[in-house]
Amino acid sequence: MSKPQKQIHLAAHFPGVNNTTVWSDPRAGSHIEFSSFAHFARTAERAKFDFLFLAEGLRLREQGGKIYDLDVVGRPDTFTILAALAAVTERLGLTGTINSTFNEPYEVARQFASLDHLSDGRSAWNVVTSWDAFTGENFRRGGYLPQDERYARAKEFLATTGELFDSWQGDEIVADQSTGTFLQDAKAGAFVHEGRQFDIQGRFNVPRSPQGRPVIFQAGDSDEGREFAASSADAIFSRYAALDAGQAFYTDVKSRLAKYGRRADQLLILPAASFVLGDTDAEAEEIAKDVRRQQVSGATALKHLEFVWNRDLSGYDPEGPLPDIDPDLGENHIARGRAQVRMYRDPLATAREWRELAQANNWSIRDLVIETGNRQNFVGSPATVARTINEYVQADAADGFILVPHITPSGLDAFADQVVPLLQEQGVFRTEYEGTTLRDHLGLALPHSRLRSSGGTPIDEAAGTARAAS
Amino acid sequence: MSSTSSSPLHLAVALDGTGWHPASWREPVARPRELFTAGYWADLVAEAERGLLDFVTIEDGLGPQSSHFLDPDDRTDQVRGRLDAVLVASRVAPLTSHIGLVPTVVATHTEPFHLSKAIATLDYVSTGRAGLRVQITARPTEAAHFGRRTIPRIEAYDAPATQDLVTELFDEAADYVEVVRRLWDSWEDDAEIRDVTTGRFVDRDKLHYIDFEGRHFSVKGPSITPRPPQGQPLVTALAHDTVPYRLVARATDVGYVTPHDTGQARAIVAEIRAEQERAGRAAEPLHVFADLVVFLDDDPAEAAARRDRLDALAGEEYRSDARVFAGSPAQLADLLQDFQASGLTGFRLRPAVAGHDLPAVTRGLVPELQRRGAFRRAYEADTLRGLLGLSRPANRYAAV
Repeated sequence: MSKPQKQIHLAAHFPGVNNTTVWSDPRAGSHIEFSSFAHFARTAERAKFDFLFLAEGLRLREQGGKIYDLDVVGRPDTFTILAALAAVTERLGLTGTINSTFNEPYEVARQFASLDHLSDGRSAWNVVTSWDAFTGENFRRGGYLPQDERYARAKEFLATTGELFDSWQGDEIVADQSTGTFLQDAKAGAFVHEGRQFDIQGRFNVPRSPQGRPVIFQAGDSDEGREFAASSADAIFSRYAALDAGQAFYTDVKSRLAKYGRRADQLLILPAASFVLGDTDAEAEEIAKDVRRQQVSGATALKHLEFVWNRDLSGYDPEGPLPDIDPDLGENHIARGRAQVRMYRDPLATAREWRELAQANNWSIRDLVIETGNRQNFVGSPATVARTINEYVQADAADGFILVPHITPSGLDAFADQVVPLLQEQGVFRTEYEGTTLRDHLGLALPHSRLRSSGGTPIDEAAGTARAAS
Repeated sequence: MSSTSSSPLHLAVALDGTGWHPASWREPVARPRELFTAGYWADLVAEAERGLLDFVTIEDGLGPQSSHFLDPDDRTDQVRGRLDAVLVASRVAPLTSHIGLVPTVVATHTEPFHLSKAIATLDYVSTGRAGLRVQITARPTEAAHFGRRTIPRIEAYDAPATQDLVTELFDEAADYVEVVRRLWDSWEDDAEIRDVTTGRFVDRDKLHYIDFEGRHFSVKGPSITPRPPQGQPLVTALAHDTVPYRLVARATDVGYVTPHDTGQARAIVAEIRAEQERAGRAAEPLHVFADLVVFLDDDPAEAAARRDRLDALAGEEYRSDARVFAGSPAQLADLLQDFQASGLTGFRLRPAVAGHDLPAVTRGLVPELQRRGAFRRAYEADTLRGLLGLSRPANRYAAV
């Protein structure tokens, strides 16, 4: 007996602040005008994608004490864009990254519940954490968290917003104009949360939204991050789009679900993936090479090396050999506000490995950065790309992909027109939306309010988790 | 019959749930079950735009509505619950093309960095029609929703401690507005250069740290969002007393005040203008709008009867900080022109019943004012600043 075919989930990431976005291409449009977001969202909806994804950054990145100027700089507010996109789409899910470090649960819960109402149940939250004082300088809360407390705050933040979402059951508003009863429960929205990170109480003022709460995404990759996702997330925005690494990640994370009393299909694994299409596979390879060179200029390559070396390398020739000096260890004071810095936990080892690679292949600095980073995940003709994506999903390397085009905002058009129809022909991707909410698209059940109507006391999420684990 | 002034006046409407009368939701036109849908808000704003109004404001709060000023109530006979005003404004922005969108933001418990980029983004989404109405909250229960600060309960309005608290909250709001405005200016208009030859996307010399250091918070900047289309979206505030008048005079583009007669209007305007002069802003345009709650019907007796009927349903007479008007569109036009003569430049009307009194404004009052030559017959500008006769501000950080 063969395994039944999995249905593929597809989403689109609006190209953002990173060197994969090729802003110098003549086809590149505005990354900030609303018309760009509307074009991108309409394309994703035309292709019946599950959702659109928006990243977030709360401070402009710096390198060597100066604002980084080589990539797209600047982006809009996540909630505001998603609410406006709800007006120009009908079914597309609207996913935004919102930081749990520089926000408060009451406000974020209000914003997501509002977005869910205003989009008729299409909101999703990618919960991320931050700890750096660099970003904290933009916030009145000031300061920052010790790194080891960031997941503690994130977990409690998520649990607390869950209590706020659940403080309304969904049947409180009767609005009976003849009897004059608007609410049938005078205590609707009542909550008390006493914890280490948050000690708050009162009344939540947004009634229960169509999805009950937004779909929860998680993006961290550490052991703690994976555990957090297994316990609390509906989907993971992962970075393992390659077959082997994807399968390893998929198996690892899905195996963590059982101890939280969850089934494998309750957590979707959706890696970010880039793609390049051509009329033939050979043409696509040529285009892909060209795109990579556009993504990594000589200046970009040097800056990329500085993430690891933690030194000013502006004196080096990007077309020449790698520096023979070792990285400066200690806190990275060269590159600030960049996630990549955290990816290289052992700079000495990375530098050694890169030097060996460059020497063995006779690579310049720029060659090395091009070859080791930002390689497009799916390159080929539409038929090749459709077949590969489907193979990866059927082989459990992923449940689907969050596509990151390199051109704003037209970068998704060709995929929608050429690849999606092939996936639909193979019967592995929807031809019409079957439901109206994002939970419907993702096959996730509507959550029940965990506030029991009898007692009115929220069941503590951590305690519930502990019981399920024992 | 007064027709002393026929110079154009500005009109805004304040949207709050089903209307400002607490029993408004019980009117057949009220649609109370749709309050939490986008369609409800889209319809109201479309109606306001049909009437060529300058802008709508959208009320908000960080706790449930209450019939008490400071404390929550447990009433079940009035509308409770509301959506985030910035998101509502953003949701309707792509569906409209001329009307200004001015959501309420609460300075006391939110981050100026987040709000600055949210309103800048609303300005992008609406292509130049965004503003904000800054508000403070002195409710201890709302402070408990955040758990970051304790706000003592006001026991007596004339006590020195009350004055200190209110002054502190307004000082903080002034800092908040200053931070928001500096962040809007933290990108010069032409900072994005896309210079292919040097590989630079922005000219970093045109991005500025705001380095705000205040008593309540400090913010580094620059914003993550480029300078919005209007440069500075509209900043507005409601004010009832000297301390908030100062905020209006120093920090806003439009202040809403609540005179009950023309004598009060004249006195309030004089006080705000004096504060404006003291702040060195005398030359800058600053609109002073009067807020009025309105019950509008062609037959004035009908308006009065409607008010009585709603009061009876509510179980008490409706009272407001603003003057409550019940009458015909022609009578309201008379009143507005009288008030205008005392130095006001516009009005923010609060419909008692949104579903009834908003259309009465757009289809009754507006044509009446147009007949008198006192209101626009077509939108004459594409931005909210343009509608209000305010120029696009120069960037404070741009090199001269």
